[in-house]
Amino acid sequence: MVSPNAELAYDSKIEGTIVPTKLDDAINWIRTNSMWPMPMGLACCGIELMAVAASRFDIARFGAEVMRFSPRQADCMIVAGTVTYKMAPHVRRIYDQMAAPKWVIAMGACASTGGMYRSYATLQGVDRILPVDVYVSGCPPRPEALLDALMKLQSKVRTERSFKRLAG
Amino acid sequence: MTAPADVTAALQAKFAQLSLRPSSDHPAVNVPVGDAVTVLQYLRDEFAYDMLVDVTAIDWAEGASPRFTVVWHVLSTTTHAYVRVAADCASDVEPTAPSVTGLWAGANWHERETYDLLGIKFTGHPDLRRILMWDGYPYHPLRKDFPLAGIETELPDIEVAEETQAKVIAAPMMGGPFVASSGEMNLTEAEPRAKDESWSEKREKSE
Amino acid sequence: MPTEFTFPDSAAKTASALPEFETEKMSLSMGPSHPSTHGVLRLQMELDGERLTKCDPVLGYLHRGDEKIAENMTYNQFVPYTDRLDYLAPLANNVAYVIAVERLAKLEVPARCQAIRVICCEMARISSHLLGLGAYGIDTGAWTVFMYAFTEREKLYKLFEELTGARFTTSYTRVGGVSRDVPAGWTEKVDAFCDQFSPILEETLKLLTRNKIFMDRTVDVGVISKEDAISYGLTGPNLRGSGVPLDLRKDKPYSGYEQYDFDVPVGAKGDCYDRYLVRGEEMRQSVRLIKQAIAKFPGGDWYAKDAVRIFAPPKAKVLSSMEELINNFMIVTEGPLMPAGEVYFEAENPKGALGFYIVSKGGGVPWRMKIRSPSFCNLSILPKVCTGEMVSDVVSILGSLDFVMGECDR
Repeated sequence: MVSPNAELAYDSKIEGTIVPTKLDDAINWIRTNSMWPMPMGLACCGIELMAVAASRFDIARFGAEVMRFSPRQADCMIVAGTVTYKMAPHVRRIYDQMAAPKWVIAMGACASTGGMYRSYATLQGVDRILPVDVYVSGCPPRPEALLDALMKLQSKVRTERSFKRLAG
Repeated sequence: MTAPADVTAALQAKFAQLSLRPSSDHPAVNVPVGDAVTVLQYLRDEFAYDMLVDVTAIDWAEGASPRFTVVWHVLSTTTHAYVRVAADCASDVEPTAPSVTGLWAGANWHERETYDLLGIKFTGHPDLRRILMWDGYPYHPLRKDFPLAGIETELPDIEVAEETQAKVIAAPMMGGPFVASSGEMNLTEAEPRAKDESWSEKREKSE
Repeated sequence: MPTEFTFPDSAAKTASALPEFETEKMSLSMGPSHPSTHGVLRLQMELDGERLTKCDPVLGYLHRGDEKIAENMTYNQFVPYTDRLDYLAPLANNVAYVIAVERLAKLEVPARCQAIRVICCEMARISSHLLGLGAYGIDTGAWTVFMYAFTEREKLYKLFEELTGARFTTSYTRVGGVSRDVPAGWTEKVDAFCDQFSPILEETLKLLTRNKIFMDRTVDVGVISKEDAISYGLTGPNLRGSGVPLDLRKDKPYSGYEQYDFDVPVGAKGDCYDRYLVRGEEMRQSVRLIKQAIAKFPGGDWYAKDAVRIFAPPKAKVLSSMEELINNFMIVTEGPLMPAGEVYFEAENPKGALGFYIVSKGGGVPWRMKIRSPSFCNLSILPKVCTGEMVSDVVSILGSLDFVMGECDR
């Protein structure tokens, strides 16, 4: 497993079966490589999300093919599609039900800023009700763009100070 | 097999107050709103226009009278012909029209949508409530006096509104939408311009 | 109004044998975020044990205000919004919309443009039915079908991307033509796709068609009678599954469909299994249509050359000749000029009959645009069909109705 994090370089012949490392890095490594998405697939971006999960742009390579529709079991909410004012409270409630640590990817123009739907019914960006970690532009974003966003999220998680948050 | 011209001729013969509506594609008639159900029932029973394709309405803007026109489209699954029936609502302030849910069950949702977006009440409808906007929404969005950006109201859920401090805001249009206007007018007026030019990014909106 | 239903024998005996056994109805809200609801649909159900006594669908979670937006956009500017109506078959929506506007202008497009549109529509139909099949497979527990379907859809996406520049949300058509001609070699690639697709389609359908589990979940479930189907305004495979042979491509042909030879599958019983079979057969017929269209593919113009105030002239001319420059400016800023009047046109989309009712007061922007959505009408039968069924059958019925919330809510 290749990682830019030097503390995690590991060769079993040299180190044996015990790996000394920082707890932060171990926790972050586990979190980045099994980021289970909660697909909030609302509109067209939801179809591209399904395409990412399908065989051509396999999201399983990143450990994220487990699309958990139950918020309790998910780590990352991917808001894929237009959030309307009618839907917004439901999105927020589901976000609240997710267990920490949790992250949000705003996929597509509609989720990031309201997209081309500047109207009375569309929430102008899901960041008005949720804290967003990664914004993906595109209408819809190519699956490669979503995977790039996932990788950016992974690099963000990899450098978090998780032990401090857990401990106190 | 009844040809379209026969249908309108038969309708005109039977209903005195019915008039032809100018139309280039399908036979269309204007009826007084009180007769709409009878005309539609006649079309369904005598001429086999068995499918109600669409119920909608047009808002001709605040100054016009009559302001609202309800339009029904019916299709015959055997002759594959359409007929358009249009009726002006009597009142411009509180428009009503009769419901055709007794003739076609599918009209239920179409009428709910027309009520939701345009505010036309259908008398005789079993369950007239909003269908696309949430139940407490105070406006009828498709009316011409309602701006595209929307009007500020509360989010449908109080708890979430308190938690996020979010509201239903008017979409940031910067005075727009920046688009051409419709209707026959001279070129300078029809050119694309922000619909509301009283404010922009440089000039604050005066309340 | 909930219809009467009968308990199975064993339950009936229990209920009558223990009169002091008090039961209460449970209300269950399914959605709007739910893996089986094909988008943001909420079902407020009242259950008596496993059976529904009432089912009230709540829509509007994806209502984005398309019709109001249309009153503020020129006719060409609205094309991207039509992509996102039925976002599983965007090309079909594009074509339906521009044909409606062309009817308003009484504009005829040349044969090549019509052939391109037919090929696009049929490819969109295959794409939409494949996803419907895949999603239906997942709903009833079959993951493999989803994966096979998506692999084929990726091949279609590659072809769309070559033609239009985007995988889906193509915004390909314009009033009076299409945005660009087919690239060299594209029709041969589509032909090759059709040839390799037919055996894969058979293999994918074989996974479900005689599958005991699938048949148990779909045969005699969600039966829609002919009268109900017509009364609720159902169209497309849902209507044909119930035995009404209405297909707008055959009955009111548009865009040159009358020159092609194809069959229209019609079901017998109107249950979920019939609707599934109708969709499978429609995919085979689409392949047949595409191959005919490619075989007969005409040369010539791909846009209406004489509609100078409606279709923007080619860029080379715009930058060198005064008249084309003016026309281009007018079309882009003011919009394609349409006469005053109204038009209603329905096209046979994969989901059903997508209709556009456009009221114009002249100029480049419509006064009112009503989008008659097939999914909206297809869903209206849900309260009637679901009452008396079990909760797990509701999932099966939703999958068989194959609706899309983007279109339903607009």
